[in-house]
Amino acid sequence: MSDTYLGMPSFPEAARESTKDTRLRANLTHATHTIRDKRAKAVAELDDWARLREAGKRIKDETLRHLDEHLIRLEQQVVAAGGTVHWAADAAEANRIVADLVKAIGGADPDKREVVKVKSMATQEIGLNEALEAEGIAAYETDLAELIVQLGDDRPSHILVPAIHRNRGEVREIFAEKMGEWGRPAPENLTDRPADLAEAARLHLREKFLRAKVGVSGANFMVAETGTLVVVESEGNGRMCLTLPETLISVVGIEKVVPTWRDLEVFLQLLPRSSTAERMNPYTSTWTGTTDGDGPKEFHLVLLDNGRTATLADEVGRQALRCIRCSACLNVCPVYERAGGHAYGSVYPGPIGAILTPQLRGTASAVDASLPFASTLCGACYEVCPVAIDIPEVLVHLREQVAEEGVGHRAERAAIGAATWLLDHPAALGAAERVAAKTRKLHPKRLPVGPAKAWTDSRDLPEFPAEPFRDWWKKNRR
Amino acid sequence: MTAPTTSARDRILARIRAAVADAPEPPPVLRDYRDSHHPADPARLLDLLAENLADYRALVHRCTEAELPALIGRILAERGSHTLLVPDGVPEPWLTDARVDLVRDDPPLAPDRLDAVDSVLTGCALAIAETGTIVLDAGPGQGRRALTLVPDHHLCVIRAADQVVASVPHAMPRLDPARPQTWISGPSATSDIELDRVEGVHGPRTLEVVLVE
Ligand code: SF4
Repeated sequence: MSDTYLGMPSFPEAARESTKDTRLRANLTHATHTIRDKRAKAVAELDDWARLREAGKRIKDETLRHLDEHLIRLEQQVVAAGGTVHWAADAAEANRIVADLVKAIGGADPDKREVVKVKSMATQEIGLNEALEAEGIAAYETDLAELIVQLGDDRPSHILVPAIHRNRGEVREIFAEKMGEWGRPAPENLTDRPADLAEAARLHLREKFLRAKVGVSGANFMVAETGTLVVVESEGNGRMCLTLPETLISVVGIEKVVPTWRDLEVFLQLLPRSSTAERMNPYTSTWTGTTDGDGPKEFHLVLLDNGRTATLADEVGRQALRCIRCSACLNVCPVYERAGGHAYGSVYPGPIGAILTPQLRGTASAVDASLPFASTLCGACYEVCPVAIDIPEVLVHLREQVAEEGVGHRAERAAIGAATWLLDHPAALGAAERVAAKTRKLHPKRLPVGPAKAWTDSRDLPEFPAEPFRDWWKKNRR
Repeated sequence: MTAPTTSARDRILARIRAAVADAPEPPPVLRDYRDSHHPADPARLLDLLAENLADYRALVHRCTEAELPALIGRILAERGSHTLLVPDGVPEPWLTDARVDLVRDDPPLAPDRLDAVDSVLTGCALAIAETGTIVLDAGPGQGRRALTLVPDHHLCVIRAADQVVASVPHAMPRLDPARPQTWISGPSATSDIELDRVEGVHGPRTLEVVLVE
């Protein structure tokens, strides 16, 4: 994963810092509650939601069980449609492939060594922008929020609204100061009205889109049967990156494949409603290889492992690979709401980050070892998850692993840290318990064994919410 | 393909096979979800499409085939468009009342030329009522994808008789994945700044739809 996050403090330390930031917390509370309420309405419109969710879960499980076959089929179809497929076992390999492609296309002309990018978690995960920069290639983020983050030399704090920690006044300042360094400057008298800020971004980025030779994207889905890639977005910067450049490079995690074109009918219903709480997002693009006279002449697909096969090997943890990155779990999480996205020390914040990051990159660092403890196990994330990932179950499982690996004190520190943090923030705990009360039925059934027992309490998990950290604390306090 | 990537392929596939070797076969996928959430009444579907398009801030017009040319002319005049981009395959009668300079994508226009036109007029492959979505697949009257992306005003004509489906599950079998597709549900939008919704960032900021009955 990206170097940006190495040396991050552990979750409890980082969370302690961010909870002091009242504006961050106010912004996050506003954002998460607004999106959460809208999502509930959008989901309630479909009375077959539970069946769609079960279908989404099973399609992904089937895919993961035969992932090798689906990837081979995908590769065949992409190649048959004029694309080239590359495989990258880790971040370094993926970055190498992309950098070499860009250099080959740009030739010796340094002006041509630039790419336009559409927001992609996979490319953030591998630290692609930094890797390209080190090779003298400028990578321009083109999502409004990502642009704010990039110009502000900052890190994203939410999957869906990465700049939610910035107020309009700050955005205005960042644009006014920084746009000129990167290209077309912001207008002289830029106001802080969101419409004016968006207009400034439109003009700043348009000149980049119109001259871009290489676009870099991720994908929400890849269809094995047809070799089709799918990008779901709102602003149109995705369409720009996918359509205007002569070369398109898509870096996609191997778990994003689905078997059939028809399977999209499930995910294109689940994703927009869970994510932006819309019946459908403004733009969805699909493409299969290259098309004569329409869009890029060259298409490269980089299939990325980077810890996914290790995750797949874990019987309990592999369900995290079903994730479609909708961010619904962030918006209902009482811990995320208090701590903010940065505390999770990776590109994947919130409940999904707490189970995905330690699996993708192991638990060697303090932050990664503490992530499975960044939760009250209230179960709200599981309830909203459109592919029914039992996040609490995976958390408990990972706590056991941390306990077994960490020779006593590192694991213990992680647990004490998380518990202390929650106890220092009774409001977070209270909120967690209130949510938990409503989701009691959904709590993990699987009782922890081994050392993790001490932290999750050995009594029935359904009674869990009011007790765990406090109990643990009482018993273990010295 | 170079040697390192080939071996990465083998390594990844081997790791996958090892990872799932002992995993049980998951339960079969049931498709017991609805194939549509609304009764298949064509008039009701049209209303629903119009409502959902408008709900996501597209400007919606309805007219008969005979009224279409005049309506297109009026929309362009009211907007003050001077140039109209017309992809191959747009029926000539649509243009009879358009008092604008027509721009054709032949030979293909460079992006900055597309940026300079006021409006683009297209048909579509189909429209989905439940979600308020128009699907373009680069077929006749739609042009390549850039044509409906770079101009700031997109005027899209939907034939009610045979282009409106109820739902996403009804749309999938009618669409050819080999063609590049753009699904459009309202104009480009962002809520990135304090969750304040702003219409139009990079795609056309105005989406106008004409339902022809
Ligand atoms: S874990 Fe589930 S709810 Fe969270 S982002 Fe992934 S799919 Fe969405």
